[in-house]
Amino acid sequence: MYLIEQVEQLNPEVTRMVVRAPQIARKIKPGQFIMLRIDETGERIPLTMSDIDVLSGTVTIVFQVVGATTMRLAQKKPGEYLTDFVGPLGNPTELDNVGKACVIGGGLGVAIAYPLVKWLHSQGSDVDVIVGFRNKDLVILEKELSLSASELIVTTDDGSYGVQGLVTQPLLEKLEEGVKYDLVLAIGPIPMMKAVAKVTKEAGIKTVVSMNPLMIDGTGMCGGCRVKVGDKYMHTCVDGPDFDGHQVDFDDALRRERMYRGFERQSAEHTREVIEASGGNCHCASMASAVRKEA
Amino acid sequence: MADYEINRQKEKTPMPEQDAQERAKNFNQVALGYDVEQAINEARRCLQCKNRPCVDGCPVNVPIPDFINWVAKGDFAMGYATNKRANALPAICGRVCPQETQCEGVCTRGKTGDPVGIGYLERFVADWGFDHPAEAAAAFAVQQGRNAKLHGFRVAIVGSGPSGLTCAGELAKQGADVTVFEALHAVGGVLSYGIPEFRLPKDLVAREIALTETLGVKFENNVVIGKLFDVKELMTTQGFDAVFIGTGAGLPSYLYIEGEGLNGVCTANELLTRVNLMKAYEFPEYDTPVYVGKKCVVVGGGNVAMDAARTSLRLGADTTIVYRRGREEMPARVEEVRHAEEEGVKFSMLTNPVRLIGNDDGWLTGVEVVDMELSEPDESGRRRPVPVEGSNHVIDCDMFVIAIGNHSNPLISQTTPEIKANERNLLIVDPETCATSMPGVFAGGDAVSGAATVILAMGAGKRAAAGIAEYLTNKASENQA
Repeated sequence: MYLIEQVEQLNPEVTRMVVRAPQIARKIKPGQFIMLRIDETGERIPLTMSDIDVLSGTVTIVFQVVGATTMRLAQKKPGEYLTDFVGPLGNPTELDNVGKACVIGGGLGVAIAYPLVKWLHSQGSDVDVIVGFRNKDLVILEKELSLSASELIVTTDDGSYGVQGLVTQPLLEKLEEGVKYDLVLAIGPIPMMKAVAKVTKEAGIKTVVSMNPLMIDGTGMCGGCRVKVGDKYMHTCVDGPDFDGHQVDFDDALRRERMYRGFERQSAEHTREVIEASGGNCHCASMASAVRKEA
Repeated sequence: MADYEINRQKEKTPMPEQDAQERAKNFNQVALGYDVEQAINEARRCLQCKNRPCVDGCPVNVPIPDFINWVAKGDFAMGYATNKRANALPAICGRVCPQETQCEGVCTRGKTGDPVGIGYLERFVADWGFDHPAEAAAAFAVQQGRNAKLHGFRVAIVGSGPSGLTCAGELAKQGADVTVFEALHAVGGVLSYGIPEFRLPKDLVAREIALTETLGVKFENNVVIGKLFDVKELMTTQGFDAVFIGTGAGLPSYLYIEGEGLNGVCTANELLTRVNLMKAYEFPEYDTPVYVGKKCVVVGGGNVAMDAARTSLRLGADTTIVYRRGREEMPARVEEVRHAEEEGVKFSMLTNPVRLIGNDDGWLTGVEVVDMELSEPDESGRRRPVPVEGSNHVIDCDMFVIAIGNHSNPLISQTTPEIKANERNLLIVDPETCATSMPGVFAGGDAVSGAATVILAMGAGKRAAAGIAEYLTNKASENQA
């Protein structure tokens, strides 16, 4: 059993949770992930590490309420326990000897980008950070990122905060200004990573993306997390989660991401009913009824 | 010479089974097990022959005529204890071993009729032991006579599948302090995530593991060796004197044909993990779902293909197995093929998928296959299948399961280069002692052999335990010298 020490709502959809797991905290590196199972009937879900505190023995995860498991996870309170919490899994992001980097995050991906930015900065790299959100209310970790970023650019789809538009626009501008990046890291929704990879491929900049596909065991067994990289299937859990952004077949990944969407909706609906029947609030912003009730 | 009257019946006493129509709709056990009369009747078919070919036919050398002798005489406690002493997991082996190619394959009775139902009798004594724990334990204690020659040594077992469980049990019996590390949230390895409930009930796996715990073996779930600790750390900071690696062959292989990325396509491991480990058949009460189509095609001819097909059938899909060779060449157990067929799984032999076809939304709609014919034998000794030109046709399906084999798990070889592996990523060991190239580290099971059977993995676990015991004893005498 793994003790939940802190739970904090970062925005209406995103929650930060600090879990006590001293052995994992000592070992996990930026880019690696954990898998958790809330309880006996829960599913195993992968979440990339967002922060660690080795002294207090904790691992921080950040998640968005998208389905049954994240909905139930958001209900958890400090002092409660998770049945299973296993890691570190996957390979750390290779961040050695990077002179100038650009880290690009979209939505929840910003929570995963954060430890990479922090690590690069602490190694003496010069890091520009571009983060994109749908609107002002969803902006997370701006203050934390600004402590490590050489330059931090925030974009929003609707222009309610920062620069209006997609993350690729400031990136293109930087490249046009003649900024030379040794490495671009992109973490976020697949269409965002695809768009970034397209820009950097034309510019010939090494680009690493962090894939977040469906995953069941997370230890190199089921093949559920396969991603087509070049002409080979790679397993995100043991070969990734980082891959060469210029080799990943994003269309294949996008299609596979949709395979279980119907089940996810059904499962979320079931869980929402269970939570609301017990007088709780599911924090599920994507579900109109729940949002209305909150308002 | 038998001291009971031999039963001359030529046929094996039939195993009661759940009706095929009925069981195709549930996950309950297919074979129901012998009752006391059936067990004694079958046991008395054993001739107690002098040369005991069955014992050599068994990878863990169960003293088969001895345990059967007790059953024939109605002393099931001693039958249980005699078997269990040699075989750490009799309830599992009695259900999933390929007896027809091992003990029963060489049984003297088999020359003039059916061999003795050794597997059925093994299952009988194991289940009897579960139902009569006190009597079973007392008989076991009589037979066992604990020895403590490994007292004071700590051994880490990596992976809680058949090889790890066997190795752990053997070493604990000799007094070693044994800890088993399991990456998943449930112990048992392939016994829990791979083999379906209807073939091997999970509560039975739990009971065999509980018995291992009574020997003093400790289990730590959610520990991924190679990530949380590597093997070197186990032997230094974690203070273990020896390590056994039984990480199995779990990484799936792919066909590499067009359309393999379509939705509706999965590996047998994914289907079986969702259903067996995560109980997806109880979705949405359990959070993990499983996609099931109306028409399912499973490609492959091994036991995993049979398990996948019988699982998808039970989940409601009209299921067909396609296999590129003929029925004779199928590596699956005869009984598994028969069970699948009885339940309504269709077989399309000498058929090979060449392309998967999808609709505009990226969902599978069919598989293009080509007929095959067998030509001269290849290096595996089986006749090589070659495509029949112009025979391509499409089988409609909205679910396609890849069950063509697995690679070994890469986590250990990725993180511990001191342990030498071959080009297929299989760990290289001394065949006698199971020692790897890293001193104090032993390995066995599918991680060494590639995907094989439960009993072969158990045999390796037992050999490795002997190798580890010898290594530790030598180490102790060196320290004294």
